[in-house]
Amino acid sequence: MTTLAHNNVEHHHGAGDHVHVDYPERPIEYQTQDGALKILGFWVFLATDLILFACLFATFIVLRTHTDGGPTGKELFDVPIFTAETLILLTSSFTGGLATFEMHRGHRNRVIGWLIITALLGLSFVGLEVNEFVHMAMEGATMQRSAFLSAFFTLVGTHGCHVSLGILWMTGIIIQLFQRGITPITARKVYIVNMYWHFLDVVWVFLFTIVYLMGVM
Amino acid sequence: MASQHQTPTAHHEPSFPWQYVIGYVLSLVLTVIPLWLVLDHVLTPTPLTIGILFCAVLQIFVQLFMFMHFTHGDGSGEPAYQTVVLSIGFFFTVVFAGASIWIMSFSSQVQ
Repeated sequence: MTTLAHNNVEHHHGAGDHVHVDYPERPIEYQTQDGALKILGFWVFLATDLILFACLFATFIVLRTHTDGGPTGKELFDVPIFTAETLILLTSSFTGGLATFEMHRGHRNRVIGWLIITALLGLSFVGLEVNEFVHMAMEGATMQRSAFLSAFFTLVGTHGCHVSLGILWMTGIIIQLFQRGITPITARKVYIVNMYWHFLDVVWVFLFTIVYLMGVM
Repeated sequence: MASQHQTPTAHHEPSFPWQYVIGYVLSLVLTVIPLWLVLDHVLTPTPLTIGILFCAVLQIFVQLFMFMHFTHGDGSGEPAYQTVVLSIGFFFTVVFAGASIWIMSFSSQVQ
């Protein structure tokens, strides 16, 4: 993948700001054969990532009542905090969508603007989550305390790691957009990072429902 | 500017992102409803669980169809193969979670 991207970059500079286009009639992210393959490949990745989360959810659902006399979700979860996390992530999914929308219209600076807003919302989400974890740990609700908390930190932490990785990835794409503008290659990257971002929102909806809402029920 | 050459010819977006705005509003509504159901204790536990899970499933449809271009093909006229791929993923998700709950419901009987 690295080699291919590198070749494309060279080609891009060498041929006078031209990226080789296989299918000019298609949406810009699908205009190279490579791009179309990578987008389908990324859907396959999302399906496997979904199965990873399915395993963690199944574990959590089985262990959620196994608190070993320790703190329960009802005592630990703070409604305003997890509601704020949810609203922030939903909004960032929307702004990420707007980045894709502007990409299709060819407005580079607006794409960059929406991606920066999306990444900042992602950062504030991660900040809230880290804060939540630290507070829980200080109250004695650590990962080692009970099976419920082991499952909780693994599930929510895995999602948080995905969001953190997404922020780094998005930052890289913002830099490439500054350097290269909207080409079929950067367009494909914007499209895929937003698929990833919307997918993380899908996973969060279930975290919100099954972990937090059912936890405080 | 490099981007001008490659501006898509066949893919015209409307001038206002209605689809995204509607999706965003729907996702907010589908977050507020379960939150209200849980905090105001309007339902007994079983209908409440079903209700909030139903909202979560609708929320996923909003993300997939309004934001993720789930049913959009690559422009070649071929089917959108991702619908098959991700449907299998969702099938396994439901089976993993459902089967885990089912098998563990015997844990008190099988020692």
